[in-house]
Amino acid sequence: MTMTKRDRSGDPASAPADAPSIPAAPGRRSHVPGDGSAASAAVEKARKDMLSDVRPRRRTRIGADVVCEALIRQGVDVFFGYPGGVILPLYDVLGDYPELRHILVRHEQGGAHAADGYARVTGRVGVCMGTSGPGATNLVTGIGTALLDSIPMVAITGNVPGALIGKDAFQEIDINGITLPMTKHNYLVRNADDLPRVFAEAFHIARSGRPGPVHIDITKDALQQETSAPHPSEEEVVAGLPGFRPTTEPNGRQLKLAAAEIAAAKRPMILAGHGVLHAEAWDELRAFAERTQVPVAHTLLGIGAIDETHPLSYGYMGMHGWKHVNRAIQSADLLFAIGMRFDDRVTGNVRTYAPYARIVHADIDPAEIGKNVAVEVPIVGDAKAVLRALLAMVPETAPEARAEYFAQLAEWRRESESSSWHGSGAWRDGLLSADYVVGRIGELTNHAATYVADVGQHQMWLARYTGFRQPNSHLSSGGLGTMGYCVPAAMGAALGRPDRETWAVAGDGGFQMTFQELMTLVQDRIPVKIALFDNKKLGMIRQWQEIIYAGNYHSATLLGPDYIKLAEAFGIPGFKASKPDEVDAAIRAAQAVDGPALVWFEIAEEQNVFPMMPAGKGLSDLIEKWGGADE
Amino acid sequence: MTTDGANNGRPPAGAPETPAHAVPPPRALPGGGETRRHVLVAIVLNKPGVLNRVSSLMRARNFNIESLAVSHTAQPDVSRMTITLRGDDVAVEQATKQLYRLIDVLKVQDVTAEPTIEHELALVKIRSTEANRAEILRLVELSQGRVLDVTAESVVAQVTGSEADVDSFVGLVRGYGIKELVRTGAVVMARGAGSIEEAIRR
Repeated sequence: MTMTKRDRSGDPASAPADAPSIPAAPGRRSHVPGDGSAASAAVEKARKDMLSDVRPRRRTRIGADVVCEALIRQGVDVFFGYPGGVILPLYDVLGDYPELRHILVRHEQGGAHAADGYARVTGRVGVCMGTSGPGATNLVTGIGTALLDSIPMVAITGNVPGALIGKDAFQEIDINGITLPMTKHNYLVRNADDLPRVFAEAFHIARSGRPGPVHIDITKDALQQETSAPHPSEEEVVAGLPGFRPTTEPNGRQLKLAAAEIAAAKRPMILAGHGVLHAEAWDELRAFAERTQVPVAHTLLGIGAIDETHPLSYGYMGMHGWKHVNRAIQSADLLFAIGMRFDDRVTGNVRTYAPYARIVHADIDPAEIGKNVAVEVPIVGDAKAVLRALLAMVPETAPEARAEYFAQLAEWRRESESSSWHGSGAWRDGLLSADYVVGRIGELTNHAATYVADVGQHQMWLARYTGFRQPNSHLSSGGLGTMGYCVPAAMGAALGRPDRETWAVAGDGGFQMTFQELMTLVQDRIPVKIALFDNKKLGMIRQWQEIIYAGNYHSATLLGPDYIKLAEAFGIPGFKASKPDEVDAAIRAAQAVDGPALVWFEIAEEQNVFPMMPAGKGLSDLIEKWGGADE
Repeated sequence: MTTDGANNGRPPAGAPETPAHAVPPPRALPGGGETRRHVLVAIVLNKPGVLNRVSSLMRARNFNIESLAVSHTAQPDVSRMTITLRGDDVAVEQATKQLYRLIDVLKVQDVTAEPTIEHELALVKIRSTEANRAEILRLVELSQGRVLDVTAESVVAQVTGSEADVDSFVGLVRGYGIKELVRTGAVVMARGAGSIEEAIRR
């Protein structure tokens, strides 16, 4: 193979004859800076030019430039990456684009999760980048996480030069084949002339219709190749994608059927999902719920679709959802599901799910309708468009008309909330109760921060006890359930919404998977507050083993380091709370830090998340207690 | 099914409330209906990897392709796939919807219930002897096939027709010994003047 070395005027060894040379100092030479002479000014200028990060270089436009131009055109201000052999041509030109802030992560998985976190809080496309081979495979978990939760993301990887593809070259892997089934679309670009079109298409596909990740694999020679290909307009992009025409406007006939169902229902319930947030339809949802007086239950990723203090917000549904919510679903006569997909964590056994309910299901993805449950009224459309259209079609309902229904719901809610443990903050063993800690974090941040969960018990406690009031303030790997998601995703979230405090709430298991990104937080001054829930266990594993596997606790106990020392080694202030009366002070201390901080909560080791619906069972089969202990 | 008006055993909207003690009927699961052979026609952009995308999706979504025939169409950038698979109507509808999610797929149509011409071609190398050659040639002729190659020990026959036609010919000659058998898989075209491709012509 032949490696081409590009002539750069910034590279003195190969500077072409016409490169701008340092102006010769005329006459008297002075080494005193700022003595006002022309000579010293020339020396200062030369020194400044030499030391400046951004050196204007006389060179032609290459594929790597197209990538940077495309990112800027798409409004990318920050992205996350890790360099490597074949992506170096891109890093070689990055310095010429100071408007692009590149965050050097510590592992590509962290980069992908950070792009995901950035996308979730901003609603914009997140961008991550890695090199070929291991760099690319490390991105895969993050891409999968984004796919299952419909997160708009563009993942960029380098690949070996086109001529080496298929030759098992160094760091070559068929990453295009790997990401094919786990992206919304993917590309392999071997020619720089294709880059403008591919990037414009990728961003369009990632954010349009049901969002999702798009992967672009670029050969090293395409990054280095000269090109004058122009960037296409949005119209040209749409015209070039005849197979991608998402339906956003709902069908009028289906809307009429839905309006009739809603008008006739006596015990209706809205099931709000992530699609409401994607469509930024929270105002429409509230207006619709108020007009029809239909209570709103939400999925895990639908948290924030409605302010939880709103009288019509009923709460979190599903496997670890509130008992009163599941009970209401099981007795509802109509479910109006919007922007959700009847995941098995939501329905449990479909045969016994919502047995009295007819279902109106609105989703932007036609493939989601009728996939998991059969429905009476399917509506394909964007949540905002659907709710807007329906709002004009449904009659206004007075709250008094539902007095009996609401009284029943309120009664169930009282019962359910009082049966779940939520008292003084100390659990059986005297150690901290995790739900109490979560509640305090919500309270002390005025319920106005961004809260990022990892995966496991704390994820469920966070979902239930934080008290979410704002859209896009809760991040959680719902679909793929990716442990290790929390810290890197919080990093992206904090960069996306610097106006909000960002709390990363992680268990000790997930934290130990990706805590190398603590160093990124320090290096790039990203002020994430980490709440580490340490029960010295893989808590959810332990809970399942206790209840479903007859107490066979294999591999459930997990040693951890001294997290204060760990944080300090990274240069991050650490605080610790082991008793209820230490919680507030520790949270406040972390809030007072200008920059990242960590709070180590030593929580009860054997606390379970109740209620719990065992896998394969139905929503009416919730376990609320175990071993006689009230949790 | 997700069609309007289906009740899944649910009471219609506005019906008197079901008494709390009544045992509700189990909710109908999507699918679970009678399995039959379906024929899908997919019009796709002729881009690298599009066959891989389609087959990978079918594998990942747990659909088992029986046959798949791919070729160019009259438009150079468009290819046509004929996919046969077994499944109930809802499962196949789900397969269709999933195929639509692929960016390179322009159109998918389940033509199972439509009037179509369905054809496939098979080449069969049949073991033959001096004694039974005439008999084999006669069977090929009866099945409206063609003999493409004859040697002292074999006959290569070409038969075309529906899957059932080819099955029946293969059944007929199986007794002589089949040395080799290759089938193209079905290709279909709708009867009448309408065109599946016309709808997507740009």
